[in-house]
Parts: sequence; C-alpha cells; structure tokens
Amino acid sequence: MKFITEYRDGELAQKLLGEITDVVTQPWNIMEVCGGQTHSLVKNGIIELLPDEVNMIHGPGCPVCVTPIYLIDKAIHLAEEKNVILCSFGDMLRVPGSRTNLLDSKAKGADIRILYSPLEAVQLAKQNPDREIVFFAVGFETTAPANAMSVMQAHSLDIPNFSILTSHVLVPPAIEAVMNDDECQIDGFLAAGHVCTIMGISEYQPLVDAYKMPIVVTGFEPIDLLHGILMTVRQLEKGEFKLENQYSRVVKREGNINAIDLIKQVFEVQDRVWRGIGSIPESGYELKPAFQAYDANLKFQVDIIEEPENKACIAGQVLKGIKKPKDCPEFGKGCKPEFPLGAPMVSSEGACAAYYHFSQAAESIEIPS
Amino acid sequence: MSPMPNMKLSCPMPKLDFDRISLGHGGGGTLTNTLLATGVFDLLGNDLLDTHHDGAVFDWQGRTAFTTDSFVISPIFFPGGDIGELAIHGTVNDLAMCGAVPKYLSLSFIIEEGLMMEDFWRILVSIKSACEHTGVKIITGDTKVVEHGKGDKIFINTTGIGQVLDAAAIDINRVEVGDAIIISDVIASHGIAIMSLREGLEFDSDILSDTRPLHQATTSLINQFGDQIKLLKDPTRGGVASVLNEIARDSQKGILLEEKHIPINEQVKAACEILGLDPLYVANEGIFISIVDSRCADEVVTHMRSLDHCEQASIIGHVVVQHPKQVLLKSGIGGKRVVNMMVGNQLPRIC
Repeated sequence: MKFITEYRDGELAQKLLGEITDVVTQPWNIMEVCGGQTHSLVKNGIIELLPDEVNMIHGPGCPVCVTPIYLIDKAIHLAEEKNVILCSFGDMLRVPGSRTNLLDSKAKGADIRILYSPLEAVQLAKQNPDREIVFFAVGFETTAPANAMSVMQAHSLDIPNFSILTSHVLVPPAIEAVMNDDECQIDGFLAAGHVCTIMGISEYQPLVDAYKMPIVVTGFEPIDLLHGILMTVRQLEKGEFKLENQYSRVVKREGNINAIDLIKQVFEVQDRVWRGIGSIPESGYELKPAFQAYDANLKFQVDIIEEPENKACIAGQVLKGIKKPKDCPEFGKGCKPEFPLGAPMVSSEGACAAYYHFSQAAESIEIPS
Repeated sequence: MSPMPNMKLSCPMPKLDFDRISLGHGGGGTLTNTLLATGVFDLLGNDLLDTHHDGAVFDWQGRTAFTTDSFVISPIFFPGGDIGELAIHGTVNDLAMCGAVPKYLSLSFIIEEGLMMEDFWRILVSIKSACEHTGVKIITGDTKVVEHGKGDKIFINTTGIGQVLDAAAIDINRVEVGDAIIISDVIASHGIAIMSLREGLEFDSDILSDTRPLHQATTSLINQFGDQIKLLKDPTRGGVASVLNEIARDSQKGILLEEKHIPINEQVKAACEILGLDPLYVANEGIFISIVDSRCADEVVTHMRSLDHCEQASIIGHVVVQHPKQVLLKSGIGGKRVVNMMVGNQLPRIC
C-alpha cells in the first residue's frame, strides 16, 4: 500500500527514536490531540519505545467520547419511540447513554443502521419516504464537510424526512480549554492531521502565541508520530515555540477551501457541552437557521431527563490529559469494553480502549526480545 | 456486485409448479415430500441417504471426531462462495482440525418462507459440488420452514463425523514453550469479501471469500509429520487474534507474534485500512493455524507451500514462557502490544 507501508518502516522508526533520544535532555509532556493518534501510539508500541523523558499525554480528540450523554439518550429515544431509522457511524454504538446504548437498543428491535457516510442516509430517506431518517452527525471538523453535504443534498433534492442530530466539536477551543485547566502541565501539542487537512493550520498560530508552546501538525502512521514528536522535542529543547507542519504531504496551510466553504454555508459556531469536560465557549457547530428543517434536535422535541454520569468514571480527567487510563481504579476491573462506565472505554478513538486492547498488561510483564 | 454465477449447468432446476418456498413445504406432509423429491434426494443421493429412513445406520470403529456448526451468513451468496458450500466446508474443516478425515455429514435447513426456489436450488447444487470435492456424504437431514420475518432467507446446520488419522496427536496439552505457530495462507479475505456486500458498506473489489476444505492439507501434514503437529485450529469468527487467545488461555502459555510475518493480500489490507478494521479480528473460512515442534517448523512450512492454497504458509510467531495466557504482537516498527480477544463485533470507525 503506497503511502502507508513507507510510514511503517522499522529501520526509519529506529532512526527517529535514536534522534529523539539524542536530542532530549529533560522531561517534556506532549499531548497528541487526536484519539486516532493515541491508538496508533499504543498499537504500535511507540509509548514504550520512547525515552523516559518524553511523556505522551492523550488528548480530548475522541468525538464519540465527548458527545453529551443526553444526545445519546435522545438518539435511542428517537429510534425506540418515534419509529425513526437512526443512522450512525459504527463506533457510536457501544457508547453508554444513561441507561443503555444504541447497540442494545438495536438488539431490542430499534431500527439502527451503521453507515460509513451521511450521504447514504440521504439515499435511505429517499427510498423510505414514509419513514423519518436521522443521521447522528458526530465528529470534529473532519466529518463536518460530509455532514454539511448531506444537508445540502437533502435540501436540493427536497427530501423532508431527513435530518441530523448534531454533535460537532472543534479542536482549537478544546486545546484552549485543556491549557486553561489549573492542573494542566502540557509543554507542547501534536495537532490532529486530519482535522487540519480540512481546516488548514492558521487557526493554531494564535494558540502558539498565547501559550508560548510548540504545536506540530502531525499524521497518524508510526513514522509520522515519531517525526512529529522529534520536531516538538527539538523546539522545546531550544526554547522555541512555533507552528510546524509534519503532515505536509496531506495538510496544506489553507486547508481544503471547498470543504471549509461548505461548512460555512451550512453550520455556524456555537457554545457546546463536551461530555466529561463541560461547556466550552464557541466550540461546536450547529445548523444555520436556514437549514433548521434538517435539525433533528428541533424537529423532534422530546424531553430527555438529563442523567448524571457514573461517579466512578474519570473520563473527563482522561480527556483533559490530567490522568491516564491506568490511573483509574476501575480500569479493567469495574470498567471494561463489555460493561463500560464511560465512553473512552468503547470508542475506537478512546484512550481507555487503546490501553485496554493493546497494552492491558504490557507494563507488568517482561517481554522477550 | 452480482452474485457468483456458480450454478452448474449439469444440474438444471426441474420444472416446478411453485417458485417460492412456503410454510407448507416444512409441514411434513405432501408439500415437504414434493420439495425433497424435487431436488434434495436426487442431488445428494447415496446408499445411506437413499433409504429415506428416520436416521442413517452404518458400521463404524476406531478413533472418531464429531462436530456441529450452524451457518447464518448474510448475504447467502457472496464473492467466492455461498452458504451451501460454506456449510459443508465449515464442518469438514472442524473435523480436519481434529486430525480427522471427514466421512459423513447431516444437513438441516431452516428456511424462511418466501425463499426463491431458484436460490434454494443453487444452494443445493453448491452443496452437492462441495460434497463431491471433499469426499463426504450427506446421510441424514431435516427441513423446516419458518414464517416470513422469523428467519433470514435460510439457515443451515451441518453435523459431521470423521475418522481420526492414526498418526494424529492433536492436543492442546501438548503445546510447549518454543513451539512455532504457522499460518497456512493469507488472512482476513472471507470477512472483507462479505463486508464488501453489506448494506451501507458496499465497495467494489476483487476480494473473494477463502471458503474451501482444508482436510487434504491437514491430512498431508499429519501423514508427513505425525505427532510433531501438536495443534490445528481454523480461525473463523473472531479471526486469528481470537483463536490465538483461546490457545494461550487453554494452554496457559504466552504467544508472541511478528506482525511483519503475517501474510495478507494487499487489497484486503487496504480495505481494512479504509474500513478501520484490524485484519487480525476479521473472519476466515479457508486457512488454518498449526502449532508445531520448532525443530521441524521450517520443514513444515516448505511442505505446506507445496500444497494447494498454502503457498503463503508462514511462521507467524512462537509459544513463549513469558506473559502466560496472553498474546503479544511485535509491531512492524519493533514496538509491542497486547492482542486481546475480540469484544462483540468490530464496528467501523468515524474517521
């Protein structure tokens, strides 16, 4: 696979690890923002290979994890009580609502379908004019263009039985919230490559300037991550703070102009509640008034009684990088993928899931070479 | 993608006065007999089945392997195969993993009312061809029909009995530290072929299911290497990762895999990347894992590579003294990670 295997090369990885070890002289805390990066770090065993001085802290970039619990409850309610065909990306299905999750609800007979694209949901609406189709539009800036496109398509084809349940969140305000937390000890960031592919990199410069810390836009393959870490450590050791782009083979400074344009036509920035973290000002997208006919939240006015989170779950602190999954007393005991207390244990981008699946006991056992 | 054109011209469907199977065809009366007489007995007939009795009666002696499996796959026709041949291969392969030569199978259908007779015929022809290819006989069976909505077109159960080879010494308790873990061919093809047809996930590819009988390969291995072949397993549902976890758990030993030695077709690998699936957890229907004495591991691989559908046989790891009951994988870049048992089904990712 061209452009993938090259970035998983063992020899190059060892060379980069050697360079990181040569450059680093003191401890640094580096946060990778995106859950996809967290999984790649753990899955490829990079965390254990890095020198002790480099401490990777896992960020809030798991859209499934930060989707508010009441929206999950609402999605379940729509599928169970309102005869709605509820369409979702796959990794939303195991995420716990206050009483159940979408997968269990599907097992009980609710019409819940796993799709890869919101445009398939528009097609489904066209094929089923007597049913309401709701797409659970979850994600960071990465999935926003496709979700915007689905609304535009439904609008232009005049499909009234399609709507989206929006839980769109944005990366820069999340970085700000993490940095403003009193317990934050982060020295530098790896920004999420895919998000920047859409949005470009310029919106990160104000953060670099405000917090005087390096931000390196980084990809997801092992070589990308090691290279991004090396670039960050080099800056930190030199006392520099710059915005750099490791993922330049994909990310352009200006981003994807057509995608941004589409997002701006359909969505507007608003305050948003992040599960486990709380409300963050101007941190999410909602549909613009012109497209409110496609807003499932307005279309289906149901009272969902907001339930409190499980008190034993420390997902919020994990998402802000204050604690690591294994700091949680319930990790692997009271909280497992089969019976999760919080979303990070079941999302494919959740930090707890990454540790559970790929490094459950790796720290406590001696590994043969 | 259109269903596979694997209908045998030598077995054209007889002219019938019905084109769909109805509840009455499972009622046990005239209609049931009509359905069976139209095809099942004619196509699959042999001395034991032809008695049409309540059960088959036959002489038998020696070490015996006995297994059962049910097949509920959707779609029933998929790239590279269909539910009919899968139902034969699945049970034949379970017997093969016991070190046995498969002999006799039972065959039971649970049909959802409304199944097109043409589809049922295609499945029967496929079963006939798989039986001939593998050398097994269907000697007893059953047909039930359930109401529309109470099934999913057709479910098949097969139960099989086979003669264990004299030289076979397949036993999880014989697995020792140092043993080599060998995979017979590329992984994950079946699961991805099925995935390519599922609603909402359709994508065009040339990927075919690997459904095929494995007993010829396992018999050849056992005859050649005898008790140096300690364990055979076919990594179907849950994939290679889940089967190796079972072996680690049941043998109380650790398993260390080398990612770079695990064979996988480039197209399958690319599909897994795009769909966000880990090929180690994707289902297979035509490969097996053998655990062998490390002293003969290279010889076993060389021998396997001379066999059909084992050309990419490879040592993918070893049984180790460390981390008992756990499977670890050395990644392509030299890091290590745990490979756990799969939880539920793999779900596609957001981005």
